[in-house]
Amino acid sequence: MNAQDDVRGAMLGAVPSLRAFAISLCGDVDRANDLVQETLLRAWSHLDSFEPGTNMSAWLFTILRNHFRTEYRKRRREVEDADGGYAERLTAREEQTSHIEFNELREALLKLSADQREALILVGASGFSYEEAAKICNCAVGTIKSRVNRARLRLAEILGVETVQIAQEPEPEAPVAASSGRDD
Amino acid sequence: MNDKMRQPPDTSMRADRTKRGKKGRLTADIQYKLGQQLRAMYTDVVNEGVPDQFAELIQRLDKRDEK
Repeated sequence: MNAQDDVRGAMLGAVPSLRAFAISLCGDVDRANDLVQETLLRAWSHLDSFEPGTNMSAWLFTILRNHFRTEYRKRRREVEDADGGYAERLTAREEQTSHIEFNELREALLKLSADQREALILVGASGFSYEEAAKICNCAVGTIKSRVNRARLRLAEILGVETVQIAQEPEPEAPVAASSGRDD
Repeated sequence: MNDKMRQPPDTSMRADRTKRGKKGRLTADIQYKLGQQLRAMYTDVVNEGVPDQFAELIQRLDKRDEK
């Protein structure tokens, strides 16, 4: 059936960006692959709720994002207790795949609140418009804009403090724990 | 630490902004570089394409539905 071929093609076509989104969100390749797999399974079983002619990619991103947020809420305590566990696992993974140059950025991303992180990635990397990102995150366009702005500031602050200004200012800023919570 | 305690709650936002301005100023140059890095990091994963496990998954789902 043609419609089915289209759907299959669109889903396959979205996989690379879904993975990039998932990895940016959770900082863990294996977990990201699980998220993508779960997203595809859910999408497939809810194909009837997809409106033909609308953006398949945005629909899949929405499913992935919601699934991640549900999981994230469940795992939050665990993550906080782990205290940098993500960063450690991430470092191990990065060494394996030798994409070391992005290590610092990935770690900095994980220090943002989940709200800011998803907004920044959707707009700043995935290439969605503010309007599309707002739909994916189920919030107002203005909220997305302010989250993206704050995320950029915070990211620059984290990277700036750690990479440039720390040379003149050896005293470390607030402990990491202070930035692991919600900014909103 | 004393400074923080002396601040009344209603100025906390402004105080935060001042601090931010000192610590990590977001010049156009930094913002541009950050955006570039973010996209490069993202593209790096996108360029890995579709891992076999996902192609197989969709094929499997497709076949299941045909039955």
